[in-house]
Amino acid sequence: MSELNAKIPVGPLAEKWTTYKNSINLISPANKRSLDVIVVGTGLAGGSAAATLAELGYNVKAFCFQDSPRRAHSVAAQGGINAAKNYTGDGDSVYRLFYDTIKGGDYRSREANVYRLAEVSSNIIDQCVAQGVPFAREYGGLLANRSFGGVQVSRTFYAKGQTGQQLLLGVYSALNRQIARGKIEMFNRHEMLDVVLLGDKARGIISRNLVSGAIDRHSAHAVVIASGGYGNLFYLSTYAMGCNASAAWKAHKRGAFLANPCFNQIHPTAIPVGGPNQSKLTLMSESLRNDGRIWVPKDQEDAKALREGVKQPNDIADADRDYYLERQYPAFGNLVPRDVASRAAKERCDAGYGVNVTGQAVFLDFHSAIYRFGKEQARIKGLDTDDDRLITRLGEEVIKGKYGNLFQMYQKIIDQDPYKTPMMIYPTTHYTMGGLWVDYNLMTTVPGLFAIGEANFSDHGANRLGASALMQGLADGYFILPYTIGDYLSQDIGTGKIPTTTIEFEEAELQVTERIHRLINNKGSHPVDYFHKKLGTIMWQYCGINRNKKGLETAMEEIKSVRLAFWENAIVPGTAEEFNEELAKAGRLADFLELAELYAKDALFREESCGAHMREEFRTTDGEALRNDTDFAHVAAWEYKGEPRNALLHKEKLVYENIEVKQRSYR
Amino acid sequence: MKLNLKIWRQKDARSKGEMKDYPINGIEGDMSFLEMLDVLNEELINKGEEPVQFDHDCREGICGSCSLQINGEPHGPDRLVTTCQLHMRKFNDGDTIVIEPFRATAFPVIKDLVIDRSAFDRIQQVGGYISVNTSGNTVDANATPIEKEKADDSFYAATCIGCGACVAACKNASAMLFTSAKVSQFALLPQGRVEATERVQSMVRQMDLEGFGNCTNTGACEVECPKGISLENIARMNREYLSAKLKG
Repeated sequence: MSELNAKIPVGPLAEKWTTYKNSINLISPANKRSLDVIVVGTGLAGGSAAATLAELGYNVKAFCFQDSPRRAHSVAAQGGINAAKNYTGDGDSVYRLFYDTIKGGDYRSREANVYRLAEVSSNIIDQCVAQGVPFAREYGGLLANRSFGGVQVSRTFYAKGQTGQQLLLGVYSALNRQIARGKIEMFNRHEMLDVVLLGDKARGIISRNLVSGAIDRHSAHAVVIASGGYGNLFYLSTYAMGCNASAAWKAHKRGAFLANPCFNQIHPTAIPVGGPNQSKLTLMSESLRNDGRIWVPKDQEDAKALREGVKQPNDIADADRDYYLERQYPAFGNLVPRDVASRAAKERCDAGYGVNVTGQAVFLDFHSAIYRFGKEQARIKGLDTDDDRLITRLGEEVIKGKYGNLFQMYQKIIDQDPYKTPMMIYPTTHYTMGGLWVDYNLMTTVPGLFAIGEANFSDHGANRLGASALMQGLADGYFILPYTIGDYLSQDIGTGKIPTTTIEFEEAELQVTERIHRLINNKGSHPVDYFHKKLGTIMWQYCGINRNKKGLETAMEEIKSVRLAFWENAIVPGTAEEFNEELAKAGRLADFLELAELYAKDALFREESCGAHMREEFRTTDGEALRNDTDFAHVAAWEYKGEPRNALLHKEKLVYENIEVKQRSYR
Repeated sequence: MKLNLKIWRQKDARSKGEMKDYPINGIEGDMSFLEMLDVLNEELINKGEEPVQFDHDCREGICGSCSLQINGEPHGPDRLVTTCQLHMRKFNDGDTIVIEPFRATAFPVIKDLVIDRSAFDRIQQVGGYISVNTSGNTVDANATPIEKEKADDSFYAATCIGCGACVAACKNASAMLFTSAKVSQFALLPQGRVEATERVQSMVRQMDLEGFGNCTNTGACEVECPKGISLENIARMNREYLSAKLKG
C-alpha cells in the first residue's frame, strides 16, 4: 500500500486553478498540429473534450459505440445543470456550490477538484448559451432556474425535462464543426477493446468496428477515457443498454487504479419494476421533487388494500398519508439528497408500507402543487379562485409546462394519468461516483492516460447531488482537460508520430482477437443476458442500497461463480466478422463480471457508512450514515493484480482545510 | 398474448433480404416492443438460430437509436412514442405484426433491422452549429435576453432525436422535417442569426446530395414524429432558404 499524490497545486483554495493555469507549459499552434489525442466516448465529457482539443489544434480521433455521437447516454439526463451564477439572488456563490457538493458527497471528495468545478460552472452556462442551447427562460427573456436535492438555493438551469439532450446536442454541434474542419476523425459504431502502453506511457488503443468486426490499431500521444459509468452491473438501471465499463476496466488492467468502486448512486425516483422481462428502468427526474410530495399510507392495512387494488391512492385521505420525508427531514423535506431519499423509500417499503402490486413503490403526488399553482393562476388572471375545477385545470397546465414530457413518459409506460393519480416510484441504480483514479490533472496512474466525466471518480465523493453530473462532464471536457493535457503533451513536441507496428500493439491486438474467438467459439447453453440477470440480482441484493459484511462476502463468491459459469456456458451466436450485438454484449459482461467483484471487495473494506455506501453495521441511532473519519477519510484506489479479489489497495488521504467536516444533517 | 411476427431478415448490406415468420407466445401487455423482441431473440439463441439485430440504446425514448417500421408505420401504431416506449398493450392477441427497417435510399440496411443513418450526421456537419469556440471566453449568459416564446419554439425544434421516422413516413423519403428542425432552432435565436444565410443553404445542399427526396407537403412526417416536431419548421426553413437565395 502506498499514499497517492494528487498533485494539488499549493496556495489558497480559491487561487489554485488560476495559479495552475499560469504556471503550466504551453504548446505553440504549430506544435499542436503534430500531436495526436484519442478520446474514447463522446458524451458530454468526451464530446466536449474532443471538440475543444481539435479547436486548439490537436489531431483528434474520437470513438463511440453508438451510430452517432448524438446518442451518447448524457442525452437522457433530464433535470438540469448546476452553476453558481446567483441569478436568483438567493445567496449562491462559488463557495456555496463547493460546500454543498462536498457535504452532499459526505466528505469523501477532493477539495481542490470540487472548488475548481464550482469555479468554472458559471462559464459553462455562458458557453452553452453562445452555442445556441435553448435553456428555459422567464417572460423577461432571462434564464430560469429551479432547485434540486440537497441544496437550499435555486442554481439549476434547465431545458424542461430534456436538459441532457440539449447540452449533448450543443456538444455534438461543436464536434460536427471540428469534424467538418477535418480536425476530428470520428469513429461511430466502434468500441475500444484495449489501451496500448509503450514503455510506461499510454500511446494508443485497439478498437473493434461493430459493423464489420475489423480490429484496428490507433496510436496517439495521449488517450482520454470518457466512457461513462458502470451502473449496468445491476442489469436493471437507468443506464442505456449499451453503457459499459470495458474501456475503463481495460485501462485498470493496464495499470490505472480504480477508485471507490462501491460508491454507486441509487436514484430514488424511477418507475418501478413491472415484470420479469423488464430490460431497463426509466427515471423520473429529481426536479419533480420540487413540486411532488412523496408519501405512503400511515396504516399498513391501507397499504395492503392499495397493493391488492381494493383501494385507489385518491381514496386515502390526506390525514392518513405519511409524507415521510417531510416528517423526518423538515429542513429539506422532499428535497433531501438522493441517497437519503432512496434509503427512506426502501425502509418504508421493507416495513410493509409499500404500494404497487409488488409492494416496492411509494407515491410521488402532485395534487398539492396543482392546487397551489392553479390558485395562483386564477388570481393572476382575475378568475374565480373558488372554482375547484378551474383551479385544477389551470394548475395542470402549469405542471405540464414544467414537466410535460416526464408525465407523458410515465403515462405511456404505466398506462395511468399522473395528473389524476399519483406516480409510483422506487429507487434504482443511476450513476457511479467511483471510477478511474485521477490526479488534479485528470490523469490516471498511467502517464498519458486521462479519465473525465463519470468515468473518473473525483468530484462527487460518496454521493452526487442532482444536476451536478452534466456540470462535471462539461467542466472536465470544455474547461479543465484542455489545459491539463497540454501541460502533459508539452513534453512530446519532438516525439513525432507514434508507430502502430511495435510489439506492444501487436501483442495487445493478439490478446483482443484471442478473447473474441474464445467467446464466439464457446458452445454453451445460455445466452449472455442469462448471466447478466444473475449478476444484477446479486448486486441488488448484496451491493445495493444497504450492505453488510456477510452479504458482501457472499457477493464476492457468487460473482466469481457466475463469472466462471459465464466463460463455460455462454452462447454467442454468429461470427466475429459481422454486426453481432450478442458478441459485443458478451465482451462487456465479461468485464462487468470482474469489476463487480472488486466493487464488492471495496464495499467490504470500507468499514463505515458514507453517502450512498450504507453499511448496516455503521449507522447513527436515527439510522443515518455513520462515517469513520479517523480510518476512512481517504480515497480507496485499487491496483489490478491478476484476479479482481487480489487487487492491491492504495490510499489518497482527503484533507479538508476550507470546510468543517461534520455529521451530515438534512433534518 | 400470442402473436405472429413477420420480420425482415438481411445478412448484410450486400445481401438480398426477405420477410420471415416468427410465431411468439406469452407476451404481456406491460412489455415494451423491444422487450418482446428480446424474448424472441432469447428463444432464437436457445434454438441455435441467429437473433434479429435491431438498433436500440436508452430505451426511454430520447437517444433516437431505435427505429422499426411496424405494420407500415414508423415506431408503430401509438402516437408520440419511439419503438422502445411502445407497449404491447397496443396490440391484441392473435395479431400479425410486420416489422421492417426504415426504408430510404439514404438509409442503407446494415443488417436485419439495423440501418445506416450517417447521412443525418453529414447534414449537421455542414452547418448545424454556431461557430463559436468552446474556450469559455464569451459573454454572460444573460447579456442577451431572448423572448420566452422564441426560446420555447427553438427548444421544441431542438427536441428532434434524429431517429429518421420523418424520412420513413414520407413517400418521397424527404428529410425536410429533420433538417428544418435544426435550421429553426438556430434561426429563432439571436446567436444563430449571424450565420443563418450560409447555414440553411449548406444544409439543404447536403440534404439533396445525400439522396433524400423532395417535400410535397403531405404532412406524414409530423404525424409519425415521436417528438411532435411541427411542420411549421419546414415553412420556416423555406422562408429562410428563399431569403438566403435573394441575398445571394
